[in-house]
Amino acid sequence: MSNVPLDRRLLLWAPLAIAASAGLGFYALLGRMREGTYDPRGVPSPLIGKRIPTFDLPGDNGPGFSSADVMAAGTPVLINFFASWCIPCVEEAPLLDQLHKQGVAVWGIAYKDKAAATAAYLARNGNPYARLARDDPGQTAIDFGVYGVPETFFVDTDGIIRARWPGALTDDIIAHGLKPLLKTYS
Amino acid sequence: MTPELGHFALALAVALAGAQAIVPLLGAHQRDARLMAAAPALALGQLIALATAYGALIWSAVTDDFSVMNVAENSSSMKPLIYKITGTWGNHEGSILLWCLILALCGGAVAAFGRNLPSALRARVIGVLGFCSVGFLLFALTTSNPFMRVWPPPVDGNDMNPLLQDPGLAIHPPILYAGYVGFSIPFAFAVAALLEGRVDAAWGRWVRPWTLVSWLLLTGGIALGSWWAYYELGWGGYWFWDPVENASLLPWLTGTALLHSAIVVEKREALKTWTILLAIGTFSLSLSGTFLVRSGILNSVHTFANDPARGVFILALLALVIGGSLLLFAFRAPALAASGLFAPISREGALVLNNILLCSMAAVVLTGTTYPLFAELLFGAKISVGKPFFDAAVLPLCAPLFLAMAVGPVLSWKRAALGPALMRLWWAALAAAAVGIVASLGPARGIPALAYAGATWLILGSVAEIVERTRLFRIPPSASLSRLRAQPRAVWGAAIAHAGMGVTVIGIAGMSLAVSAVVAVKPGASTEVGGYTWTLQDLHDASGSNYTARVADLVVTRDGKVVATMHPSRRSFITQRQTTMDSAIQTDGFQDLYAVLGEERDGSAILRLHVNPLAPEIWFGALIMAAGGMVSLADRRLRIGAPRRAAAAVAARA
Repeated sequence: MSNVPLDRRLLLWAPLAIAASAGLGFYALLGRMREGTYDPRGVPSPLIGKRIPTFDLPGDNGPGFSSADVMAAGTPVLINFFASWCIPCVEEAPLLDQLHKQGVAVWGIAYKDKAAATAAYLARNGNPYARLARDDPGQTAIDFGVYGVPETFFVDTDGIIRARWPGALTDDIIAHGLKPLLKTYS
Repeated sequence: MTPELGHFALALAVALAGAQAIVPLLGAHQRDARLMAAAPALALGQLIALATAYGALIWSAVTDDFSVMNVAENSSSMKPLIYKITGTWGNHEGSILLWCLILALCGGAVAAFGRNLPSALRARVIGVLGFCSVGFLLFALTTSNPFMRVWPPPVDGNDMNPLLQDPGLAIHPPILYAGYVGFSIPFAFAVAALLEGRVDAAWGRWVRPWTLVSWLLLTGGIALGSWWAYYELGWGGYWFWDPVENASLLPWLTGTALLHSAIVVEKREALKTWTILLAIGTFSLSLSGTFLVRSGILNSVHTFANDPARGVFILALLALVIGGSLLLFAFRAPALAASGLFAPISREGALVLNNILLCSMAAVVLTGTTYPLFAELLFGAKISVGKPFFDAAVLPLCAPLFLAMAVGPVLSWKRAALGPALMRLWWAALAAAAVGIVASLGPARGIPALAYAGATWLILGSVAEIVERTRLFRIPPSASLSRLRAQPRAVWGAAIAHAGMGVTVIGIAGMSLAVSAVVAVKPGASTEVGGYTWTLQDLHDASGSNYTARVADLVVTRDGKVVATMHPSRRSFITQRQTTMDSAIQTDGFQDLYAVLGEERDGSAILRLHVNPLAPEIWFGALIMAAGGMVSLADRRLRIGAPRRAAAAVAARA
């Protein structure tokens, strides 16, 4: 072993060093995933910090709502895209209900859904929505950059989008994401 | 009762694997023949226990035992029987158990077919495999136990993700896993060699067949995966540089390099340290790929439900296996002195070039896959690395690799002259140039034309190698024929595999010229795409055992003649409330007509229509590559028993 030059012996440690630093990096990422500060699926929305797209959507039996209504609400609004055919929506329904009972303005947009199916869905899972609109052509969803239901946007009193959560809301998101925003903007 | 039996068998497997890890390694260390002799029995025992456990899981799925949580979450009584069986590995817990079962199979294979290995080497190899098994079995038992019960049991299960209910995907994971896990055997040989401090030609000869088996399974697995993406995802593409795809490509690249460098160890006793590192690296990449996917750190379309807690366990396991083997490598590799010397221009030199290029590609793919993670970690920046990066970075490395692939086999060992070697390939070069020029006159300008030329070069280069070895046209045909028969199978295998790569390249180049369009068509109307007239004759409903479907009847004509009748459909799965698009593909072996049925709006159907020239060649080429591997595997010289039998023959003659 002694006849092997030192620099060559050092070179043989390089694979271990590379693997170890990669391992440490992954460990740090796993830690952040647990804290919720790193989300591999989180795609930053270009709309954050921008005014909501302009829209005017019809409702089921009553009136729907428009972007002007959201800005005139006077409180921050949680815009929730959902559909009766979506399973994660059922999953997050109780959480939305809770928020609604706590006085958070949750406004729903039924995405590509039949009116009767939406009504049955709300009857079954509870209706947390202060206002309800339907987006049958899906154009508003495209303007919002929605890539699947459910998806939730936090809009402040000036109509600026402050956060976006693709997928079902969780207790974690509400505690660490939504609650601080509500404190800042209401 | 059956799930408990499976649970017990799993626990028993952990105990046996523990013994398999300790007893033979201790025996080899103390030179105790009795302890070393226990290795095969322990390996086979572990295999039997795990096979029992897996059987119990399949039984629970087939008999619709929804009190087993895994079955309740991933199966349903309406699901066809075949998917009840294959569904056992379509989820995290089951696939980990399958992974363990294949690892046990590897140990069993070494136990059964490695009778001619020196007993200490065999004991060490089986011991190292047992060590890996303990880790993964503990992972299965403590964090991913498929035998957990749920009470009260649901009336029916959740059913499986409909995308996975597909015959191609049903057999895909076992083949791919066999490829991944198969590299545990070269890994175990490498660690055993480091423990012994000795690598020689015999070691190279023993490692090669195992590497070859894993390589051809991995080749098949990757090809099947990309084929599945092509016809089932309905996006019209075949490779997306998705993290999961990259995770399978990485061990393939380094495994291919290992396959070639092991030849140098076998023939010339050179590149020993490098080959050991490749063996460790290839298995490490197989393991890390699994880890990255399972922990959910990387975002992919293929991921199972994931959980960071599992990620920490796998990471610790990886640290132990990869870190431990690399630590051993750092300490012991200096003892492996190279004995064979060679000039840069030689067969060895060409194989080194192959290794450098393949490993550079692996480095590029690894960087592209993990860089977004580390950019986020170090700079807090969200970036996305995709197809443009991979295409731009991998293509330039392919060109010299393809050039060298045809030249390498005609070079002689030790020292060669480049001039005469190139002279032997003149007609292949001429044909490649002609194909390139003709192609660039047509629609394939630029890179596709170059790719066609490269593919021609690869295929004809393989032919040239065989021609060269048989001295065709230089000696009488009958003498050539007898030389042809005398060629070792490994030579044939290499030529076939290299030609297969050429065929795949043709397919990839052809696919880059594919034409596609999204059109809205009313029933009875027709549209023109890619020189074909596509007529939507009818839209109707249909149903299967666990889905309902909307089917389009498409008739494709060219110059008034009917070319194909196709039925793309959209399936709605009842239990999972998910819709899949079932693309219709009509192929004549050289071109695919590909149709996907989308939404319907205002009485017209949205259709996505593709004309994919030469697409089938991508998978046909992979099949040829795997066939080449199989031919090479049949080589007498590679049979594990061969050295001893040859020695016995020599002894008998004396």
